Order: sequence, then structure tokens, then C-alpha cells
Amino acid sequence: MSDMQTLNGNCIIIGASHAGVNAAFALRKEGWQGAITIFDTDPTLPYHRPPLSKAYLTSDDGIEKNLLKAEQSYEKNNISLSLGIKITLIDRQKQLIHTEDGELHNYSKLIIATGARPFIPPIKGIDSAHQLYPLRTAEDVNHIRQAMLNSDSQRVVIIGGGYIGLETAASLKKMGANVTVLERESRILARVTAPLMSDYFQQLHHEHGVEVFTAKDVISIETKDDSNTVICADGSQYPADIIIVGVGIRVNTELALEAGLDIENGIKVDNAARTNDNDIYAIGDCSFHHNPHYNRLIRLESVQNAVDQAKVAAASICGKDVTYDTLPWFWSDQYDVKLQMVGLSSGYNKVILRKETDDEGKFSVWYFDHDRLLSVDTINHAKAYVVGTKLIKSGAVINQSKLADSRIALHPDNLI
Amino acid sequence: MAKITFITQDDENIVLEADSGSVMALAVENGVSGIDGDCGGVCSCATCHVHVNPDQVSQTGEASEIEKDMLELDDNANEYSRLCCQIEISEKLDGLILTVAN
Ligand SMILES: Cc1cc2nc3c(=O)[nH]c(=O)nc-3n(C[C@H](O)[C@H](O)[C@H](O)COP(=O)(O)OP(=O)(O)OC[C@H]3O[C@@H](n4cnc5c(N)ncnc54)[C@H](O)[C@@H]3O)c2cc1C
Ligand code: FES
Repeated sequence: MSDMQTLNGNCIIIGASHAGVNAAFALRKEGWQGAITIFDTDPTLPYHRPPLSKAYLTSDDGIEKNLLKAEQSYEKNNISLSLGIKITLIDRQKQLIHTEDGELHNYSKLIIATGARPFIPPIKGIDSAHQLYPLRTAEDVNHIRQAMLNSDSQRVVIIGGGYIGLETAASLKKMGANVTVLERESRILARVTAPLMSDYFQQLHHEHGVEVFTAKDVISIETKDDSNTVICADGSQYPADIIIVGVGIRVNTELALEAGLDIENGIKVDNAARTNDNDIYAIGDCSFHHNPHYNRLIRLESVQNAVDQAKVAAASICGKDVTYDTLPWFWSDQYDVKLQMVGLSSGYNKVILRKETDDEGKFSVWYFDHDRLLSVDTINHAKAYVVGTKLIKSGAVINQSKLADSRIALHPDNLI
Repeated sequence: MAKITFITQDDENIVLEADSGSVMALAVENGVSGIDGDCGGVCSCATCHVHVNPDQVSQTGEASEIEKDMLELDDNANEYSRLCCQIEISEKLDGLILTVAN
């Protein structure tokens, strides 16, 4: 159905981050000829989020060093950016969106790329805490950098031992802060990796002088003058000049919900990223979609997912018959350690640790459901990441004892 | 100052000048098509793949181990492949010609 009329429509995208921006450029590549307008509440030119907790935080760079696309690329591709504007309503009957200032914009195709926002847990005293920040936006980083400058003792408590919390811990430590991480679960990264990876990262932080305490349920924050005390259920207390909250996110589904779109753990979409309204797509962190590799519905928080789903949505909008079937991948950088992950480990019943004889600093963890390789986590080991990717894609049954044997070179042919 | 030429898949020749930063950042700042830089330049995504003009490999040096491994995921990789987020701009690159791989 890629007739001229369809390709000449008016496409509106809500959310100008990894998903929304990539969708706009992909639409042009796919031949969309009509207007493309991206709205975002964030007034900043769209930027990369992953570096916010990593290299960008520790640098003095301005956000212009960290942009998703150059400003002139939007002009060149005739993509209009409407920044600093919040969308408050989607009117599906009239195919209109409403902005906060009461403007109405009509769409023929709408892409919801509203992502997620930090979850601020209902901890007593959290609203009046001094220098307490989440980390999701460029503005959050500005606040944290400024707080570091304002503070002499630079005692930082990070609530939450997930990737963002741990990356921020590594970065602030590098900047000279005194960092403590408090995790509620019995181990860090509990939802996403095997216990041996949790142990590895806990040890890594310890070696760098960052203490990570687990089974710490933060119940209140007391603030006097410019200093906070973070108090846990077990009675332990941690003084903090700066507090970073990294306990997860809430998906921005409100617009979609109010518009009557199907919502589960995110905005429900089909394999072309389309919602239950044919003219509305949902992509990136906010989308709840089917993954054919694991044959289940998932919601992902990753650049890979945002970018790849954006491309699928754009192709589908331009009339192509496409299916979103990318194998998920993710990375995290802490200190000089590079973690790369491919696949989804959930449902594993066996883990194989593979060390390498040539280099103690690199290893890989392979997650299986019986014979089936589900995912691989690799530490400083891009080769294992690549071999893992190929093996998961091929669906080959792997000889697990060969895999665990570091004398056998890591190559797909050797492991089958 | 280094003058670097990018040849894109649609045969566009883009000549750019810079004296620091990564080649990927230069390409993204100037909208060179086919250089996405999705991971922001940390050698994790392989969306900044270029082929170095065979005569000029000595200017850029060889790909690092992690780069070579990551390049294995791209069918267009060959012995002249680099992930250009891993190439730092300096005088040494002056006159370099890069073909965007995708
Ligand atoms: C600190 C940090 C580190 C990360 N590190 C990694 C990493 O190493 N690797 C990796 O793969 N992923 C990483 N991620 C995750 C990755 O950044 C996200 O998966 C990605 O940003 C998702 O993109 P998105 O466009 O779907 O959503 P978002 O990035 O959440 O963007 C959604 C946008 O929509 C806008 N918006 C929402 N509602 C409205 C509205 N009503 N009106 C107008 N605008 C609206 C928001 O302002 C926002 O800009 C990291 C995330 C963070 C925060
Ligand atoms: S930008 Fe991701 S590998 Fe170069």
C-alpha cells in the first residue's frame, strides 16, 4: 500500500530520543515524503543516553559532543524538531495530538516513542533530601556535576545496584567521590545476571574502593542543613552529600492508555511495532512486543531495541512487510571493564563459565536452558560476544564441555 | 588539521576537516550517511564501519583486537575495515580516504 498518498502523509513522533530520532531518519530512508515532526519535552537537541552515566559524566564536555545527530542533519532531511513541548493528549478519532500550550497537530501516522522516566520510590524524606537526583537526562548530569563541585567531602550514596547505579558509581569514583551503593536485593544486578556475575561486579567495585552493600532496604532519608543521612531497615545509616536514585523506571504509557491503546507491561504492539490502532506505532523502551527468538512478549530498555524497532516501524509505515526479530544485545562500561551481553537469559537452568588462558581479565558466562543457548555475558571479551551471537542465531546445540574447556579455541565450529 | 574524505554507499564524496576527536564523531556531526554511531563511540555497536583506502592503512593503523572481533558481525568486513569511532583524528590522517561500509 505504499501509494503516493500514504507516503505524503503527516507523521508525528512523540519522543526525540534513540527511538524517535532513528524512526524519523529511517522514514526518510524508506521514502516517506510528507512532513515529519518530532516532539519532546526535553529542550536539548537529542543526545545519547548511555554515556550520561559513563564517559560523559566524567568529562567536561557539553551535550553538543554527545548528540544523536547533528543539528543540520535534521534540516537536511527535512525533519522538524519541536523541543521543550509536552504532548498531553492523543485524539484518535480526529487523528490529532494536543500540546501542553493547547496547540493541535494532525497526523496520518503517529509514532509513540515516549520511553521511560526514573522511578522515585516513596521513601520517607526523599522529597526534601539535599542534592538527590535520578540519572536519565542531560539536565540530571548537569545537576550531578554541579553537586560534585559544590561538595567538599563528596560523599555519594547511590540507591540501587543496577547498571545505571553501578556505572554512575564507577564514574563518580573516577571523579574523586566517596561512593557507597545500597542495593535492596541480596545481590546486585539480581534481575539481569547470574550470581557469579553479581559477585564479579561487587568485587570489581570493592577493588576500586566503592563499597556495595546488599540487602539494604532504604526506608528513610533525614536531611539537616546540607547533609543527608540515608537510613536502612536494618538500622544502618549512611551519610551523604549527594544521593543518586537508580532503582528502575516507570514506562511512559499514560498518553497511550488514555487514548485507549492496549497496554500491558508497556504499549502493546505487533511484530511491525504497530499498536491496536493501525495508524499508531510504539517503539523503544515504551513498547511491549513479541520476540521470535524466545517466543514471548517482552519490553526492553536498550539502544539496540530503540534503534532496530524504529527502523521496523518506519519501514512498515512506508508500506513494507517487515518483522522485528533482532536478537537483543546490550553493553555496560564500568572502570576499564567492558560488559557485552547478547540474548535474554531469563529462564536459564544452567550456566557455564568460560575463562581464557591467555588473559585473566576476560571471561564469558553462557546461559542455557538444558541444551539451548539463551544468552552470553562477556567481560572484556568481544570474541566471545561475537561467537555467542552467531551460535544463538544458528540455534546449534553446543558441546558444553568443549565450551568450558579453555584449551579449545573459541570458534563456532569447535563448539558444536 | 587533517582533511578526510568519506565516500558513502550512494557515491557521495564528503570532504571534512578537523584536528581532534574521533572520525566517527566528525562523520556524525556532518551527517555522513551510513555512519550511525549508535553506541556513542565505545566499540559496542559496529555502526561506524569504514573501509580504509588500502594504500593508507599505515596512516590509520590496524584495527584493535576488540574491533576485529566486533567486525566479524558485519558481512561487509574485510582486511581494510575499521570501526571509525576507534580512530582518533590527528595530522597523521591528513588526506585519508574512507569508504563507508554500509
Ligand atoms: C544513564 C543511562 C545509561 C544507559 N546505558 C545504556 C547502555 O550502556 N546500553 C544500552 O543499550 N542502553 C543503555 N541505556 C538505555 C537506553 O538509553 C534506552 O533504552 C534508550 O534511551 C531508549 O530510547 P527511547 O527513545 O525508547 O526512550 P527514552 O530515551 O526514554 O526517550 C523518550 C523521550 O520521550 C520524551 N517524552 C516522553 N513523554 C513525552 C510527552 N508526553 N511529550 C513529549 N515528549 C515526551 C522524553 O522526554 C524522552 O526524551 C541507558 C539509559 C540511561 C538512562
Ligand atoms: S560507534 Fe559504536 S562501534 Fe563505533
